[in-house]
Amino acid sequence: MNTLLAPLVMDDLIQAAYFIAALLFIIGLKRMSSPKGAKNGIIWAGVGMLIAGLITFLWPGMHNYILILAAIFIGGMLAWWSGRRVPMTAMPQMVALYNGMGGGAAAAIAAQELIRGQALALAPVSLAVVGGIIGAVSFTGSLIAFAKLQGLIKKSLRYRIQQIVNSLVLLITLALGIWIIVLHGAAPMSVVIPFFTLALLFGILVTLPIGGADMPVVISLYNACTGLAVAFEGFVIGNAAMIIAGMVVGAAGTLLTQLMAKAMNRSIANVLFSNFGETVSGSTESVSGSLKPMDAADAGVMMAYANKVIIVPGYGMAVAQAQHKVWELTQLLQNRGVTVKFAIHPVAGRMPGHMNVLLAEAGVPYDLISDLDEINPEFATADAALIIGANDVVNPDARNKPDSPIYGMPILNADKARNVIVIKRGQGRGFSGVENTLFYMDNTRMLYGDGQEAVTRLIQSIKSIE
Amino acid sequence: MIDGFIALYIFMLAAFTGYEVISRVPVILHTPLMSGSNFVHGIVLVGAMVALGNANNLAEQIIGFIGVLLAAGNVVGGYVSTERMLAMFKTSQDKNKGSRA
Repeated sequence: MNTLLAPLVMDDLIQAAYFIAALLFIIGLKRMSSPKGAKNGIIWAGVGMLIAGLITFLWPGMHNYILILAAIFIGGMLAWWSGRRVPMTAMPQMVALYNGMGGGAAAAIAAQELIRGQALALAPVSLAVVGGIIGAVSFTGSLIAFAKLQGLIKKSLRYRIQQIVNSLVLLITLALGIWIIVLHGAAPMSVVIPFFTLALLFGILVTLPIGGADMPVVISLYNACTGLAVAFEGFVIGNAAMIIAGMVVGAAGTLLTQLMAKAMNRSIANVLFSNFGETVSGSTESVSGSLKPMDAADAGVMMAYANKVIIVPGYGMAVAQAQHKVWELTQLLQNRGVTVKFAIHPVAGRMPGHMNVLLAEAGVPYDLISDLDEINPEFATADAALIIGANDVVNPDARNKPDSPIYGMPILNADKARNVIVIKRGQGRGFSGVENTLFYMDNTRMLYGDGQEAVTRLIQSIKSIE
Repeated sequence: MIDGFIALYIFMLAAFTGYEVISRVPVILHTPLMSGSNFVHGIVLVGAMVALGNANNLAEQIIGFIGVLLAAGNVVGGYVSTERMLAMFKTSQDKNKGSRA
């Protein structure tokens, strides 16, 4: 085919295909940001990817086609197989894994360009180096984030001179990068190899000390980083689709990271450089009042005769696999004429929106689900708030107690409901290690038990009312 | 092929586009959207293919192969996970249409 078409026409065809791909990506992302169009948003973007991928086989002067096909086949099959099987609760770490792969690919393009040792113009070599660092850090950093959420790495590694060591590794990496830029990319292997090795090492070192609760913000940040790296490498190899798609994701990812950090009342700098969760776990102040248990029969009656019940699910519900039972409970209540709503805190689950996915999986329609700003005024008119596996996100201390470590975090005002029922395994504390004053309030009752089993008892109790 | 300043303009406009496109997204879509944008930067596959397609010695072929392998994982994994998450979002009306009752 290459011989039939003049190279110029061929080039126009390829560029036109990339243009269409970039357009489809933007439309796809736009659609994915509203619930109605979200489902075909991914299809639009998928078509764009298919067009861009296929047309690239016609790129003039390429060889190694068998290697390319083999790599696509192996990488694609492994990802397809893992992506299909993974349970919804594990989705955040899978996103981290696939994102890391993209970062690694961007770093590989940079490495490919730099190991040639050929002189390049200043702009491409600078962006190749910067994109290479960002891509490499995103690659190893995302792998560590995956390993942490998957439970493969349980401890957060911290030691005294950690910040100094990390800064030193970063400084040497940057120095080697500048050296490569000064040489216009014609650097010897003895510079290029340590440069990439240290960049990969830095990604590991900087992610290891970050706690599990902060991981969503980190994953989102690496997602934005990969986007940037892709855009920069796109410039190096002169590919407009990569520049546009990478930059759009870089900007969107940065905004998403800020939204998440804000929802968790954390700044991004805080997430990366401080040790939340470890320092505050020592607080042992006592709370006035007592925990008042309630049995499922009474709780069931209270909910069955209510006008309005607001359910506040947390990650504990997902771990107990209780979401299907919760939907069954919801339907039972709805059939009795009770208005049921779900209140989702922005960071319920493991990252913003994760809880919505988990509820959607169980079959809960998304119009029953409200976010923080919508639902908070409604608690005052609710007869009962049912808290399942959530803790810090309903702690009124965040509103009332300026010396609390979680003070200032936006919370769901479940304490404003007339009655509060808390389903909880035992008397432990939340992620932050802070005692929850909600549990000690006069109108709060504790329903102890595993999430799924406790909800099952509630269902039986309501069914027996008939 | 793409001039320095033209590229700078593309960088700037694409950044604003990304910011605008996402700015009004409801919280319920944050996770699928993160996954969706993760899929979009899978376009790195195209660059990795060109890099491997132009590899001339063993070292370049190995690095290029790793690049394409990782990028393909990004594309396929990103698509599958996003599609699975989005397939679950239904409204009450969709539900009633779907079920026989």
